[in-house]
Amino acid sequence: MNQSITVRGKDRYKSGVMEYKKMGYWEPDYEPKDTDVIALFRVTPQDGVDPIEAAAAVAGESSTATWTVVWTDRLTAAEKYRAKCYRVDPVPNSPGQYFAYIAYDLDLFEPGSIANLSASIIGNVFGFKPLKALRLEDMRLPVAYVKTFQGPATGIVVERERMDKFGRPLLGATVKPKLGLSGRNYGRVVYEALKGGLDFTKDDENINSQPFMHWRDRFLYCMEAVNKAQAASGEIKGTYLNVTAATMEDMYERAEFAKELGSVIVMIDLVIGYTAIQSMAKWARKNDMILHLHRAGHSTYTRQRSHGVSFRVIAKWMRLAGVDHIHAGTVVGKLEGDPKTTKGYYDICREDYNPTNLEHGLFFDQHWASLNKLMPVASGGIHAGQMHQLLDLLGEDVVLQFGGGTIGHPMGIAAGATANRVALEAMILARNEGRDYVNEGPEILAKAAQNCTPLKAALDTWKDVTFNYESTDTPDYAPTASVSM
Amino acid sequence: MTEQVAPDTVTAAEAAVDLRKEFAEVGIGEVLDQLDRELIGLKPVKTRIREIASLLLIERLRKRMGLTTETPTLHMSFTGNPGTGKTTVALRMASILHKLGFVRRGHVVSVTRDELVGQYIGHTAPKTKEVLKKAMGGVLFIDEAYYLYRPENERDYGQEAIEILLQVMENQRDDLVVILAGYGDRMDRFFQSNPGFRSRIAHHIDFPDYNDDELLAIAELMLHDMNYKFDAAARSAFERYIAIRKAQPLFSNARSVRNALDRIRLRQANRLVSDLDRVLSADDIMTLDAADVLASRVFEKGPGGAG
Amino acid sequence: MRMTQGCFSYLPDLTDEQITKQIQYALSKGWAVNIEFTDDPHPRNTYWEMWGVPMFDLQDAAGVMMELNECRKVYGDRYIRLSAFDSSHGWESLRLSFIVNRPKDEPGFRLGRQEIGGRSIRYTTASYAVDRPEGDRYGGS
Repeated sequence: MNQSITVRGKDRYKSGVMEYKKMGYWEPDYEPKDTDVIALFRVTPQDGVDPIEAAAAVAGESSTATWTVVWTDRLTAAEKYRAKCYRVDPVPNSPGQYFAYIAYDLDLFEPGSIANLSASIIGNVFGFKPLKALRLEDMRLPVAYVKTFQGPATGIVVERERMDKFGRPLLGATVKPKLGLSGRNYGRVVYEALKGGLDFTKDDENINSQPFMHWRDRFLYCMEAVNKAQAASGEIKGTYLNVTAATMEDMYERAEFAKELGSVIVMIDLVIGYTAIQSMAKWARKNDMILHLHRAGHSTYTRQRSHGVSFRVIAKWMRLAGVDHIHAGTVVGKLEGDPKTTKGYYDICREDYNPTNLEHGLFFDQHWASLNKLMPVASGGIHAGQMHQLLDLLGEDVVLQFGGGTIGHPMGIAAGATANRVALEAMILARNEGRDYVNEGPEILAKAAQNCTPLKAALDTWKDVTFNYESTDTPDYAPTASVSM
Repeated sequence: MTEQVAPDTVTAAEAAVDLRKEFAEVGIGEVLDQLDRELIGLKPVKTRIREIASLLLIERLRKRMGLTTETPTLHMSFTGNPGTGKTTVALRMASILHKLGFVRRGHVVSVTRDELVGQYIGHTAPKTKEVLKKAMGGVLFIDEAYYLYRPENERDYGQEAIEILLQVMENQRDDLVVILAGYGDRMDRFFQSNPGFRSRIAHHIDFPDYNDDELLAIAELMLHDMNYKFDAAARSAFERYIAIRKAQPLFSNARSVRNALDRIRLRQANRLVSDLDRVLSADDIMTLDAADVLASRVFEKGPGGAG
Repeated sequence: MRMTQGCFSYLPDLTDEQITKQIQYALSKGWAVNIEFTDDPHPRNTYWEMWGVPMFDLQDAAGVMMELNECRKVYGDRYIRLSAFDSSHGWESLRLSFIVNRPKDEPGFRLGRQEIGGRSIRYTTASYAVDRPEGDRYGGS
């Protein structure tokens, strides 16, 4: 089965139906070119369907094929355009599932377009009847293709320079309650949190322009709060103004207004779609604006292990598309996130080169060709008492968002913010001093709390809050590569 | 103050010291062995280094027991002719000081007057400080230190460098160790005119010239390290070479030996390449013969020439 | 008011021993440490005055401390910060920055509001200290 069974010559184009694996979509001898886009799918064929045929069908349906032979193929350089499945491995410990490696020629894709890339790779095949389920696990994007994208509008380095904040994670909080606050009340939360010591506050994904608070009102009060906090601390502050709206025209209008008011950052939701995201990334680059992306909606297709698109692929697409911030998991918080898989997402965001690392779910070597680094954001159910773990797991180039952990503080929002900031600075100080901060974390925090009542209160309030549930999406890998079948 | 050295601050258990264990733990034995291996001869120097290392080991224990709190003065002077191993010994000394915890990093910054003294007003202090900052945590090795002092020129900026050095040598003994090096007689005169330096130097080590046998052994050690060797005739030719060369000016001990070997290798290569039809064994390529040695100009001119 | 720029402003002022450890951390990463001072702590005042040039090729924090102490002797009434530059590809920027000296009294910042069209406001921030000429702020020297 490890040989090509492609039908060649004139028999290949006889009218009728032919197995995909015979049409040239299964080429086990094919060696991917440096310029090929490679996709790794997890294929679950229907009972009785040959996995090779299923994988070849995925290659076919995501490139040139349709269900029957067409003579018009012969008007094209069809062999170049056919995607080639070159390897099919059983998934370790998952009967009935197979990893299919498929290579696509670069000419199949429009330069610099996530819409086009995704329309090809995930456009049609996910509903294909011979498959029970299909998941896009990972992609190798060739440098030649990476270079056609703008990449993050600002990037980690310049974001830090603009914010004048170096050597520690940035701190943020999402304004709560998510819905219902008036503009005036909303700005109060922003002011308190920023004055207390946070660098950023954030609109939630569904804060757009609702009856209780229209967007202009929110922007005006938020910027009053930002400027007041800046004067109170002498530090640069920001609030992610969510410009997500029904149309591009509305989004541009909101973004322009945010710029006029002097905001350093705007925010969009993943649900606006890839094209809108790329448009906003271009706008952000042109207007010196940091662009925050909330990954709203992603769990509908990223969470299940057997079907959908892995978040690591979304993270890669978003780095190409050009956002500056992306929510990438917390490991210790309330939302889904296996530690090693999450580490893989963070590497995709922040490194210039990702070597293959099956343990972290990275199936390919990926060069980023000096595309800006993308700042990951950790948000959801984290608090000051976890600071040592967060720093250890997520590193220094990350935005830590303590929403409940700031606003729910018993002494008030500013105190909550101060608790987080003191905990963070104490932990960075200890780490740089060479202390074993992961194990000594609780003592370091307790010591810092001696000079900081808000931190003491925070530690007392949330001392044992953790979210320990089984992950639904962990990498499937065997220590040694499995055999091709 | 007396309380700090009072024995009653030390419990009996703390006071009991397993010296062998201490010695092994700090790992200075390896450094001393390394010194023995890589430097031929130099008996008196090696003995002095061992003495200093022992003193520092004890000093370290005394500090731990609370019998002393002062950081001892550790600045040194290394005197001797060129090529007698001063730089190599400085590197090992830095390593010993580091292992015993008397310097924090153990690196050596090696400079001469040019790196310390400037050409115009206001230039010297920044230059000297730049060097000092880089040397912090390690050893500052000042070769031919006497050039810092030029009494014949009243406005010489060397004096400014000397003052900064003295200040740091006195006030930042925890931060760096200074080793002054150069010819013995000139160093003596330098110390006479600069008593400030003399009083801050704790250890003087004199590096004697190598005798003929030692120079030959040095040559053979160098060749061995490079996978070369003398044949018997070449060896005796080189013995004669040493005898003649030593009597000539600008002889600089091991350094002259290394230079001579470099030229001998060149001549050997030239000899081998001149006969392209010959099939060479590894032994041929490794072996230096008498002709390679005897072609030196040293033999032509006798005493007085160089080569 | 306590100006909170830099990495450790929410902690009690660092002791020299703590500062030394942070410098050593930076040096161990191969970063060059720079000393800067200012009497205009405006959050957008990027270019504080440099005390000499960034210190390259240092092994030990004592070298930086020597300069810092010199700088404090001259500009002890102002803000002094240490920053560490990483020259490696993909960064080529600061990796750590923290305040090591601040004036005894920090008067804080005035927030100016200029009402413009609609309900918009143009904001501007200025340290009260800059009401006096440079060198004469924070009690002068």
